[in-house]
Amino acid sequence: MKRLILMLCLIAAPVMAVQPDEMLDDPALEERAREISEGLRCLVCRNESIDESNADLASDMRLLVRERLVAGDSNAEVVDFITDRYGEYVLLNPTKSGSNLLLWLAGPVMLGAGLLMAGVYLRGRAKAPEEKVTRLSDAEEDRLRDILKD
Amino acid sequence: MVTELGHFALILAFLTALAQAVIPLVGAHKRWPGWMAVAEPAATLQFVLTSIAFLSLTWAFVTSDFSLRLVTLNSHTDKPLLYKITGVWGNHEGSMLLWVLIVTLFGGAVAWFGANLPPSLRARVLSVQAMIGVAFLAFILFTSNPFLRMGSPPFNGQDLNPLLQDPGLAFHPPFLYLGYVGLSMTFSFAVAALIEGRVDAAWGRWVRPYTLASWIFLTIGIGLGSWWAYYELGWGGFWFWDPVENASFMPWLIAAALLHSAIVVEKRESLKSWTILLAIIAFGFSMVGAFITRSGVLTSVHAFATDPERGVFLLAILAVFMIGALTLFAARANVMQARGVFGMASRESALVLNNILLAVSCFVVFIGTIWPLVAEMVFDRKLTVGAPFFNAAFTPFMVLLGLALPVGAMMSWKRATLKPILRKLTPVFVLALAIGALAWAMQTGRSALGPVGLFLAAWLIGGAMVDIWSRTGRGAGRIARLIRLPRADWGKALAHGGLGITMAGIAAITAWEAEDIRVMQTGETLEIAGYALRLDDVTREEGPNYRATVADFTLSRDGREIATMHPEKRVYPVAQMPTTEAALNNGFLRDIYVVIGDPQNSGGWAVRTYYKPLANWIWGGAIIMALGGALSLSDRRYRVAAGARKTPQAAQTAGEVPAE
Repeated sequence: MKRLILMLCLIAAPVMAVQPDEMLDDPALEERAREISEGLRCLVCRNESIDESNADLASDMRLLVRERLVAGDSNAEVVDFITDRYGEYVLLNPTKSGSNLLLWLAGPVMLGAGLLMAGVYLRGRAKAPEEKVTRLSDAEEDRLRDILKD
Repeated sequence: MVTELGHFALILAFLTALAQAVIPLVGAHKRWPGWMAVAEPAATLQFVLTSIAFLSLTWAFVTSDFSLRLVTLNSHTDKPLLYKITGVWGNHEGSMLLWVLIVTLFGGAVAWFGANLPPSLRARVLSVQAMIGVAFLAFILFTSNPFLRMGSPPFNGQDLNPLLQDPGLAFHPPFLYLGYVGLSMTFSFAVAALIEGRVDAAWGRWVRPYTLASWIFLTIGIGLGSWWAYYELGWGGFWFWDPVENASFMPWLIAAALLHSAIVVEKRESLKSWTILLAIIAFGFSMVGAFITRSGVLTSVHAFATDPERGVFLLAILAVFMIGALTLFAARANVMQARGVFGMASRESALVLNNILLAVSCFVVFIGTIWPLVAEMVFDRKLTVGAPFFNAAFTPFMVLLGLALPVGAMMSWKRATLKPILRKLTPVFVLALAIGALAWAMQTGRSALGPVGLFLAAWLIGGAMVDIWSRTGRGAGRIARLIRLPRADWGKALAHGGLGITMAGIAAITAWEAEDIRVMQTGETLEIAGYALRLDDVTREEGPNYRATVADFTLSRDGREIATMHPEKRVYPVAQMPTTEAALNNGFLRDIYVVIGDPQNSGGWAVRTYYKPLANWIWGGAIIMALGGALSLSDRRYRVAAGARKTPQAAQTAGEVPAE
């Protein structure tokens, strides 16, 4: 049920991810193509890379990546080429720039804040005077015995 | 007729829930026993009525009553009976009905097994639970009614999405819902305790079974979903950091944190306000999950805007419950005084660290999930947050958690001395390091993830073993004592070890997977990771409601035949949808995974083959974790019904102790 929408991608075209006829003959170049396509989003899918996607558009993008590689582009140049045409939206790995810094730093900052707060709290607990134990009422004693017997 | 009965029962359930939400709450406030006592029969009635509604919908699906809109849209007479039944929750309306059924089931559980709760607390818990029932019953009745009829019923239905016609996915939602909704129970307990103004060790003990049960169900549900994705989607991915997956993962992380902090409340009466907060947030994330999956807001803001009714309703439910509970929390948190005193090195501190790591990692998943929305609305940037972000931002937390866990798990309450613990763990640490180093040496130029993952796995599994062994004391008879240890101890060791096993699987499959994509003619053989795979034949077959292309492969190693494998490509004509059925050869140390693709123009077939090291460890670990949870749940000290069989008098006297 949950993946229904993810699945809609599969309806788009009954082909599977990377096709044998799309692959480059040069294994080194093909390896680089795979690496790049794993970081690019299939635009019509939900959070799927073009490497995994079955959609026609993903297939076109895979071919485009390979074309650029054969033309001699570096990995970064290929990614730039694609981003220029399709926008930031295609990058599965959000850039570490501008407002995205908030996204990247949120985790470490929260961790730091959490540890700091916990440190203060734990220090307080360690120094707190041992409290006098409050006696249980008779009813509570009875009940405790009852629970422990069980 | 049956349908109208179900519809009517659902409306009655809504009215019952309304009564149950108000009367016991007033009763508890005014100390009127008669009003408080309304809660139990009302909870039972609510469950019975919702069950009638659910069963009548199931009946409509089983008998293929196409006068129901929902059945027409999601069923077909040719569909196997199993999937007619599971089809009930394979759609929005039916799944919400299942959700409410579970809400009332948990409410019923408190009514039936909660005899040892003080009457006022029980009345308040059931009242809050009924409020949740009211909200979701209203949601169903007003926006997602499953009992709508069609003016002119068609002769046959449009079939269930074929991808859902699979045992793995058929049972994935009920488990997830049991988990999500189980957290509504801890929420109700938290809010009731806030109204009551009292959180003590007993509260920690009462909440524990529900937290543990939800966590177990979430573990199984997430595991089933991931396993399904692995064998069904055709490339053996097991986790995609998809928003709907994250929606189920966030409550799991928080439930794991809650599980541990509730122990501190129970044993040491500390961390009370934090635990209450976690209990509130945990259910908040469950509802966020419902909102994300039901409103379609993350798929596309525009899809949400065109049909906002359901999304807005869910958002309103989320807002009312969270704002209400958090306001109550802010007003009452100061009543809960921390009691226990403990040192920096202590079980308490270790569990605080556990909570920080789990809560912050959940926060990272949350912010990654909603960031595309925030970026578009606030910064006008249309961007994607995909797997690379989560892998980079989330993994370090799990590494830290794995590193600290074996040490923390062995610390004693109040004040721990690290030295003896470290001494006991040294052999495990050295062994784990050796395993990691071996993995590092055997691989060339691959990511460090594999060796680090194997190191952590060995450290966690070994640590769990040392932990449980060290509980048997000294001298003779340790084995006998080991067997007699409380089930909760065994549960802890299994759950922690299971986490290690899952980590090993994830690390190995990520780091050392091998893949082969090619065109094969019949009779041809390919080699992958030392295995030979021969394509013998490709045939066409007819299934009950699909047509299939079936390939016959022979898998062999060193010239010895191991197995035959039959991957399929299916086409479901009614739903107009193809699916891939991968063939798997499961092994303890590896899976071989074959998928047959399209026929090629040049003749032959596209074939994709994967070698997946330790693949089964991922789900094996999840099963062991769930098993550990179940063992812990069955520990007689924590049994839900503990004391329920006692004379009701004892509970009565205890209940008369005035609430502070």
